[in-house]
Amino acid sequence: MDKFEKLSGTAAPMPLINIDTDMIIPKLFLKTIKRSGLGVNLFDEMRYDDDRNEIPDFVLNKPAYRDAKIIVAGDNFGCGSSREHAPWAIKDFGISCVISTSFADIFFNNCFKNGILPIILPKEQVDILMEDAQNGANARIEIDLAAQTITSADGKVISFEVDAFKKQCLLEGLDDIGLTLKKSSAIDAFESAAATARPWV
Amino acid sequence: MTATTLYDKIWDAHLVSTDADGTSLLYIDRHLVHEVTSPQAFEGLRDAGRTVHAPDKTIAVPDHNVPTTLDRNSGIVENEESRIQLEALDKNARDFGIHYYPVDDVRQGIVHIVGPEQGWTLPGMTVVCGDSHTATHGAFGALAHGIGTSEVEHVLATQTLIQTKSKNMKVEITGQLRDGVTAKDVTMAVIGATGTAGGTGYVIEYCGQVIRDMSMEGRMTVCNMAIEGGARAGLIAPDQTTFDYVMGLPHAPKGAAWEQAMLWWKTLTTDDGAVFDEVLVIKGEDIAPLVTWGTSPEDVLPITATVPAPSDFTGGKIDAVERSLDYMGLTAGQNLTDIKIDVVFIGSCTNGRIEDLRAAAKILDGQKIKSGVRTLIVPGSGLVRAQAEEEGLDKIFLDAGAEWRLAGCSMCLAMNPDYLEPGERCAATSNRNFEGRQGRGGRTHLMSPAMAAAAAINGHLTDVREMMNS
Ligand code: SF4
Repeated sequence: MDKFEKLSGTAAPMPLINIDTDMIIPKLFLKTIKRSGLGVNLFDEMRYDDDRNEIPDFVLNKPAYRDAKIIVAGDNFGCGSSREHAPWAIKDFGISCVISTSFADIFFNNCFKNGILPIILPKEQVDILMEDAQNGANARIEIDLAAQTITSADGKVISFEVDAFKKQCLLEGLDDIGLTLKKSSAIDAFESAAATARPWV
Repeated sequence: MTATTLYDKIWDAHLVSTDADGTSLLYIDRHLVHEVTSPQAFEGLRDAGRTVHAPDKTIAVPDHNVPTTLDRNSGIVENEESRIQLEALDKNARDFGIHYYPVDDVRQGIVHIVGPEQGWTLPGMTVVCGDSHTATHGAFGALAHGIGTSEVEHVLATQTLIQTKSKNMKVEITGQLRDGVTAKDVTMAVIGATGTAGGTGYVIEYCGQVIRDMSMEGRMTVCNMAIEGGARAGLIAPDQTTFDYVMGLPHAPKGAAWEQAMLWWKTLTTDDGAVFDEVLVIKGEDIAPLVTWGTSPEDVLPITATVPAPSDFTGGKIDAVERSLDYMGLTAGQNLTDIKIDVVFIGSCTNGRIEDLRAAAKILDGQKIKSGVRTLIVPGSGLVRAQAEEEGLDKIFLDAGAEWRLAGCSMCLAMNPDYLEPGERCAATSNRNFEGRQGRGGRTHLMSPAMAAAAAINGHLTDVREMMNS
């Protein structure tokens, strides 16, 4: 997995609440058997019209935000399905961090497996970052995962919380499966105990 | 001993290890796999030279992409990408030696209907699937939730999942339901009360007299939509209804193993005095037949209500409602029962079980569907279809003018050829009304099977209770 240490880039504002996984990557694009190449279809139905022309009003189509690396979003980002195609598309587009007041559970977990940092902040702070993002000149921010800080273009510093284990995995780009396989003797022990306690399983 | 919840008990029984920071390794008893969220996981496994740790606990069934038209068994899947995904599942299932129900097997169907039907899902188990509606299996008192593809790969390789424990929420539905009110209305009422993020961070235990009186089919409908409320999982304590349903299923324990299982299953209840972090109580009598009007499952109202205005809301919801009404082509103040529909979809893992088809058939019996209303009835599995045909429900549907399809996800998410055209409006028994969910530009109103059947007859959203009195 890609490491995530520091990130500096433009934040795109998406104040809409409940941005769901069908908006992030419509089901049409779930038919791939690969993880890559989904970035062009990120937010597809919001981004293109019926003739596949870009809709100029959509934030990621605006010149200031085309290279955004961060999204500042409304409440409950990523609700809906478990499709990991959603973080794959986000990452493939070039976005590595999403900031909101809340995330849907599965989406939140999926982000960490793909080198994306989802940051949860209180509403007042998201509001500040949203306003900064909307104000092009202050849209560039810097994120330091080790220090757990967000620094805005005008020097404001906001700290954020992150689960210690997930932080370590992101910082070091660790592979979960490799980590778990180190515990295979504990898994074996569990299985033999369960074979007696619940043989029907 | 401290009093614990049902969730605590299942969690504790599956803990492999816990690190100092609370990150836990949880053992997974059943892993269900479908064609859309698994190819990358199997590819990852192959690339790393790993194998499936417990193929005997892994079950694969294609459902999302499969055509539901009667000609599908001739092997034609016209969409090339769909075909590639189905072929990939077929190859992966066979290469790794996991249980598999291919498209032409009568037991094939939606993964969340097939698992319970075959007795793979049993009380007290941990069940995962690369699909958010895995919550369905919670109806058996199993801890069941959706996972992403990386986690699918993790479970394939290790039969465990890295988890942090959720909080406990109790949702109690007291009393009794009124006529015309179903499990679907109950679960939609809960989402209406909590909002789509209200359950985030929680596992919900549904309890109360209404739940106790409910069939297993109804309980699956309730748990199915726990995810629409944001919860990681929904749970219902197993009881005699559960045991009666499970007994004799192909993969349920038999003989001495059954007796041993029952000893444990009967302990799977929340202790008196156990503390929940959050409690919601809804009176069964207060629930009316519900429909959604917007593009979020929390946008529910009784069918007797009118379309709300953005100004009825606060905060970010104001803009969201404005956008929803525009997308849905609705005007504030309009009667919900005046909303005309073009399509009816009865099916999905929420409402594709036999009881759902019976409820729809009861309304459609001897009636004609309004001309021009395309009505798809899609059983949740081949076995549900066979059962319905044995009961003659297929005749009722066909006589009324509906299409009677083969099993699959179908128009729930429209990855197969069943989808809405832009602007088409659908009365659907599925679980999501997101923009574009049933097809680009398609408009979805969620409701119960009986309500969807009533809408089919009248060509507009209808209070099913009026049809029941006549
Ligand atoms: S029926 Fe719908 S919700 Fe259920 S598994 Fe299929 S696509 Fe998902």
